[in-house]
Amino acid sequence: MSRTLILTTLSALLGHWRRHPLQVFALIAGLALATALWSGVQALNAEARASYARAANLLGQDQFDRILRQDGRVMDQAIFSKLRRTGYLVSPLLETRLGSGPNALRVLGIDPLTLPVAALPERLQSGSIAVTDILLEGQVLMTSDTASRGLPPDLTEQARTILGNARYDDTLATGLVIGDIATIAKLVGETGPTALIVSTPQPFGLAPIDTWLASQGDLILQQAETSNDLARLTDSFHLNLTAFGFLAFAVGLFITHATIGLAFEQRRTSLRALRALGVPLVGLIVLLAAELGVFALVSGVIGLGLGYGLATTLLPEVSASLRGLYGADIGAALQFDPIWAVAALAMSSIGATIAGASALWRVARLPILRSATPNSWAQTSAALRLVQAILGLGLLALSGLVVIFGSGLMIGFIGLAALLLGGALVLPFGLSVLLAGIATRVRAPFLHWALADMRLSLPALSLSLMALLLALSTNIGVSTMVGSFRATFTGWLDQRLASELYLTTATPEQAARVTDYLTPRVDAILPFALADTRFGGLPAELHGLVDHATYRDHWPFLEALPDAWSQMTEGQGVVINEQLARREGLEPGQDFDVTPTLTLPILGIYSDYGNPEGQAIIGLDLFKTLFPESPPLRFALRTDPATVTDLAADITEATGLSPQSMINQAAVKDISLRVFEQTFQVTYALNALTLGVAGFAMFTSLLTLSEMRLLQIAPIWAAGQRRQKLAWAEFLRIIAFASFCAIFALPLGLALAHYLLAIINVEAFGWRLPLQIFPADLVKLCALAAGAAAIAALWPAWQLARLSPHRLLGLFAHER
Amino acid sequence: MNARSLLALVFMWIAPVVYAQGFAGLGLSAEGYAAVDRSRPITFPQDHTAHPDYRIEWWYLTANLTDAAGNPLGAQWTVFRNATRPADGQSNAWEDGQIWLGHAAVTLPDQHYHSERYARGGTSQAGALLTENLLEIWIDDWGLQSLNTASETDALNQIIVSARGDTFSYELTLTSHGPFVRHGVNGFSVKSNEGQASYYYSQPFYQVSGTITLPNGARKVSGQAWLDREWSSQPLAADQAGWDWVSLHFETGEKLMGFSLRSRDETRFTSATWIAANGQPTAYGDGALRMTPIVTHDVAGRTLPVGWHITLPDQGLDIRTNALNPNAWMGGTIPYWEGPVFSTGSHQGRGYLEMTGY
Repeated sequence: MSRTLILTTLSALLGHWRRHPLQVFALIAGLALATALWSGVQALNAEARASYARAANLLGQDQFDRILRQDGRVMDQAIFSKLRRTGYLVSPLLETRLGSGPNALRVLGIDPLTLPVAALPERLQSGSIAVTDILLEGQVLMTSDTASRGLPPDLTEQARTILGNARYDDTLATGLVIGDIATIAKLVGETGPTALIVSTPQPFGLAPIDTWLASQGDLILQQAETSNDLARLTDSFHLNLTAFGFLAFAVGLFITHATIGLAFEQRRTSLRALRALGVPLVGLIVLLAAELGVFALVSGVIGLGLGYGLATTLLPEVSASLRGLYGADIGAALQFDPIWAVAALAMSSIGATIAGASALWRVARLPILRSATPNSWAQTSAALRLVQAILGLGLLALSGLVVIFGSGLMIGFIGLAALLLGGALVLPFGLSVLLAGIATRVRAPFLHWALADMRLSLPALSLSLMALLLALSTNIGVSTMVGSFRATFTGWLDQRLASELYLTTATPEQAARVTDYLTPRVDAILPFALADTRFGGLPAELHGLVDHATYRDHWPFLEALPDAWSQMTEGQGVVINEQLARREGLEPGQDFDVTPTLTLPILGIYSDYGNPEGQAIIGLDLFKTLFPESPPLRFALRTDPATVTDLAADITEATGLSPQSMINQAAVKDISLRVFEQTFQVTYALNALTLGVAGFAMFTSLLTLSEMRLLQIAPIWAAGQRRQKLAWAEFLRIIAFASFCAIFALPLGLALAHYLLAIINVEAFGWRLPLQIFPADLVKLCALAAGAAAIAALWPAWQLARLSPHRLLGLFAHER
Repeated sequence: MNARSLLALVFMWIAPVVYAQGFAGLGLSAEGYAAVDRSRPITFPQDHTAHPDYRIEWWYLTANLTDAAGNPLGAQWTVFRNATRPADGQSNAWEDGQIWLGHAAVTLPDQHYHSERYARGGTSQAGALLTENLLEIWIDDWGLQSLNTASETDALNQIIVSARGDTFSYELTLTSHGPFVRHGVNGFSVKSNEGQASYYYSQPFYQVSGTITLPNGARKVSGQAWLDREWSSQPLAADQAGWDWVSLHFETGEKLMGFSLRSRDETRFTSATWIAANGQPTAYGDGALRMTPIVTHDVAGRTLPVGWHITLPDQGLDIRTNALNPNAWMGGTIPYWEGPVFSTGSHQGRGYLEMTGY
């Protein structure tokens, strides 16, 4: 190809875009949106994963073994010195939680003198924070957002002073405080250690440390790298985000595909002319591909920017969701990673290739001499529609099989994908059957024409209708799931939080003072104690509770043996939460190792929503003998709800217990529900975005069509129908399509909700919730879909209404 | 600057002023700590154990040994104690304000093994304990411990010293054959013209036997050892950047302890103790001892004077010392050179050389 020829061809090709700026916009917007949503979600995932990795390799957890007590309790300091004096290089670690509420802190005390250098926090290792600041000055490290979000309310003055003297280190996880073990011991009033980090290599000529541990009985060696609980726990959440990202990418591709198809169709004449003028086929294809490449590049850059913006906007919500669901803190600041830039550009190129491949293929096979047939690009044969439907039904059946036989999160998501894709593939066939069915019952000729016309335009619209169906059913599914969850959760809170006021005291002396004061003043004082422990090797809590009607009548058991609560409080057994039961495959009646030395029968399983960890409850008396170092310091009070506020004030005045150490039922519920709502913020946001993108897909498809449909409309106009009426018909037609889509989306969305509740949630969170349907929400969503369609249809209909008769007449004159 | 060197700063107390305050912070102000007082006599066995009111002290053992095949080698064992703040009580067991540091090394003509340990006081990971007449100094499983067979009047008459690193370990039994030697004026050892001083005594008369285990196996060793005890709250003047120190056992049975403290302006402050074969010390103040570098060697990116010309005219001493292994670099968080040396000239002998602040 000569240079002149290339330039001429290029100018011929590009001339099209100059005349159709809206197509340029649609093409770039579609590709950019697809890239943005996909790369935004990937950025969020990457940020969260990086934060888990930081948490996991914090203090060399991924490199160094740790010695723990089998029951997870604090160990005697003498064990540390004994090991050191035997020659083993171990370093003490004091890890605990501080304060309560959403701003509770995880605190870590380290001994920089014995900690392997590789296990020091990053900035101490690099020297940008001096070890002496921690070791000698008693400073603690935390991120600036931990400080700016506020400290937990229930802290001592000393703790506030220590935390007020913090150095900011944004390489840490949010909510984490690290300091010298002496400082942290002072901060939390606990000496520890809770673990010993084992250095490598150990000195010359010593027996392996396991042999020493074996002689100790209650100590275990936890291997390095085995405990990235957080990454495992949050896997489902990220899989979920990725699924949304792909969904959005697919929807974005629908837009691009539609636009490229249209542009090709409109350029068919000029392409043929170019070929006839002697432009070689290869050259033409190369130029078209280059044109696509430029579009991909521009869209990729825009998509990258949008994706970054999206991720930055959503990160606080993702962060809130993760904290609410798993207690995992990932911080609220997004760090830019050049890998995204590459990934985003790659993704937009892949998108452009997928969307443009068929157009290029058709250019390659373009008959030079045969005249163009309008609409041919979008015409899908009825036979193909049938094949699609059969494939779709197959996928639906597959997802049904997964429900019945499958297990595991990944399998669950595959089933979910099969369900959605199957539904989408069946849609065009279903719609055509539906339209045909209606047509047989309609007499009015205009309506008859309109229905026939709808069927005719079905192939061209089917992609964007599929996109709408996907977005709509995802919305229905997710909102039903969240609604069911909310309803169950609220009911559960009412059961679980039956007491009117909850107190936390600091010492047994204070506890005695408070209970002495309260005994004559309230209906009941229900003490409870708790200790951190491990069940099945994972962190868990053991609670000690008493017998009382409050619990007997209200405790939210899912399954229980008769008289479970009373028997449990007598020390006859243990009750465990649903998460623990599902994880370990436990049922009432089976034996359970409460401690390495105590096995009790399981009397009941209770629901414990929102708690990622296992939990077990035993009678308080038994608890006291097992954990004498953890006396009951917390109390639930039964009293007249009307007096709670006054009572709290009286307690403070009489016993000095700070108001922060008391919380009433309403406040706990309020906090819990707020955490709950935050948890699903990101889901709402992604839902809305997906629906928005689907609306945009619809809009671009309609634009594409409106041009081509003139050929169908012109004869009707010529037959005497007014343009306004035709425009109305056009408008209503789209709303009808959207409504039909909604009809298909309802069962699909509910199936999706069932899927999420019965499979995904159980796998991801360890609890199963009953499905509840909220008709008002469904109506709202369907209306939203119709509304989105109406907005999308408004412009093309408006244009049709104002179309000049000259233009319509012209259609008869020009044969394309 | 990496974490290891930062840990060193811990030992030197406060980061920004380290090298403005003498080597390893030894020139920092002593406010709040007990001061070294000329009139306070050194008493045994009490002064063998720790003095937590003083900021810093050490138990420093160097041994010149020979294995069964006649090959010369050296062993070093040191425990330092450091107060990070004047004693003010502690609120928990991790917080007694004392930091302990252990250094151990084995030096062969072609190999130098060394190891370092840190510990905080209050946890019994490290400490000093004197019960009755038995002394124990330890950090991790490294120890310097009186044997039960020690004489009733001398807790350090018979001791066992042991240490273990990544690639070596040793256990040495030491028996003294002479008296303790107090340096300076009855153990009051002046370190600068401004009057900085420390309490300083030695037991230079140890005979050693024991086992050193290296990656290629264990070997029986025997020889001589020298134990130094020193404590102070401000041993160096602020402008003193380091020192060169020797301890030598001569074939005549006489011994020499000498040091030369270097100021930043290149002036030197020297001090020496000549020890007769019967243990009778003669102290020499600034200027009597002369130490002149004659051989330098590049190690760890620095140039160090590993060979010295040493004179003490009053005792007719005119010797040259050569290092057994010029690469005896203690590359820990506080790096310095410490290794066995041999003397030739007016007095044949062997001993140890320590060079800091290079």
